[in-house]
Amino acid sequence: METNHFESPSRRDFIDFGTKLLVLASVGATFEQITGAEPAPDTYKVAEHWWGMLIDIGKCIGCGSCVRACANENKVPDGYFRTWVERYQIEEDKQPKVDSPNGAMDGFPLPTPADIKSFFVPKLCNHCADSPCVQVCPVGATFVSPDGVVLVDESYCLGCRYCVQACPYGCRYLHPEKNTVDKCTLCYHRITKGLTTACCENCPTGARQLVDFKNPKDPIHEFLKLNKVQVLKPYMATEPKVKYKDLDVAVR
Amino acid sequence: MRLKRIMRDSGHLIRPALVLLAVLGLFLVVRAAVVPKGFGKYGHYRPAALDLVRSRPISYAGQDTCVLCHEDQAKVRAAGRHAHVACESCHGPQAAHAQADDPSSLKPKLPDVAGLCRRCHEQDAAKPKGFPQVHTAEHSGGMLCNSCHQPHNPHL
Repeated sequence: METNHFESPSRRDFIDFGTKLLVLASVGATFEQITGAEPAPDTYKVAEHWWGMLIDIGKCIGCGSCVRACANENKVPDGYFRTWVERYQIEEDKQPKVDSPNGAMDGFPLPTPADIKSFFVPKLCNHCADSPCVQVCPVGATFVSPDGVVLVDESYCLGCRYCVQACPYGCRYLHPEKNTVDKCTLCYHRITKGLTTACCENCPTGARQLVDFKNPKDPIHEFLKLNKVQVLKPYMATEPKVKYKDLDVAVR
Repeated sequence: MRLKRIMRDSGHLIRPALVLLAVLGLFLVVRAAVVPKGFGKYGHYRPAALDLVRSRPISYAGQDTCVLCHEDQAKVRAAGRHAHVACESCHGPQAAHAQADDPSSLKPKLPDVAGLCRRCHEQDAAKPKGFPQVHTAEHSGGMLCNSCHQPHNPHL
């Protein structure tokens, strides 16, 4: 009996062919996973750095150069801050008065009354080694890099703001245009090129210094030997890598 | 005889095994398509995100770059009290100027002296005691700072 030469494939044929195709694709996919992720050759070695910052409160003059530099360097939107400077004015038996007019973008136009204990405290992401913001991110969009910088993957961030709430230091915000979380990157694009951060570059008194704890030649080692430093909110056990010299107990 | 029976019955094992393999294959294909490359290499994140952050452009060229061309000003500054103040701290971000084929086409604007000096040197009790500071209104009576002080080496 003559049959049609152009037989339509039976269900069996279809499954047979499909399975073969699937086996091929899965082998390919596995192979791609193993070999495809070759790292690009790079002079910067993430394993050789552990970044942080040293802030000498006794040197800060509250000029706001760091705030302006950060805003310029990182295109920080108006009214949001990756770094800012606070002024503490403390009178005995009173709540400390803290102000930061526009993040100290233009310094502090109104001077402190002369007879009050007062000082400036520059603030930024503390780049905690054990950071709560990273722990709460549901999608792995924020993370501590192998060289110790807390970063945000903009293409992965959902904008759920969990991390904004989790940060004990108030260092994160939702970028009003991108709708992803934005924060201090410790100028990761600069420090991986051998430059210092924009804020440290422009601090006129050297109150801020970029620190590489893994670099044995970094002056921080000598500094830590000779000076006493503190971190913000040590009781949060977040292991901040931003160290403060001359930090007052009133600072939160 | 016995072998024949085993072969006949083995179909019951082989078929589910094939189905299992197919499901596993499907899982691998979907995984490769959905999970970003290298995810988990350093931790629970995309390693490519590091390059994404690194690829951002710089705005501040840095002290060492300015000094390459502006050696004369650098010498004056290095001799005075402003030796540790970076050029761009007053002159603003100049990476575009430094990277331009013709840097003179992107001349930096001169800083606004009336506001600039005050930010650092206006008297404030919160400033460190040894830091030079004045009540600008009393000190100069509205005169611009650079009519007496040379900003690169401000000592009179």
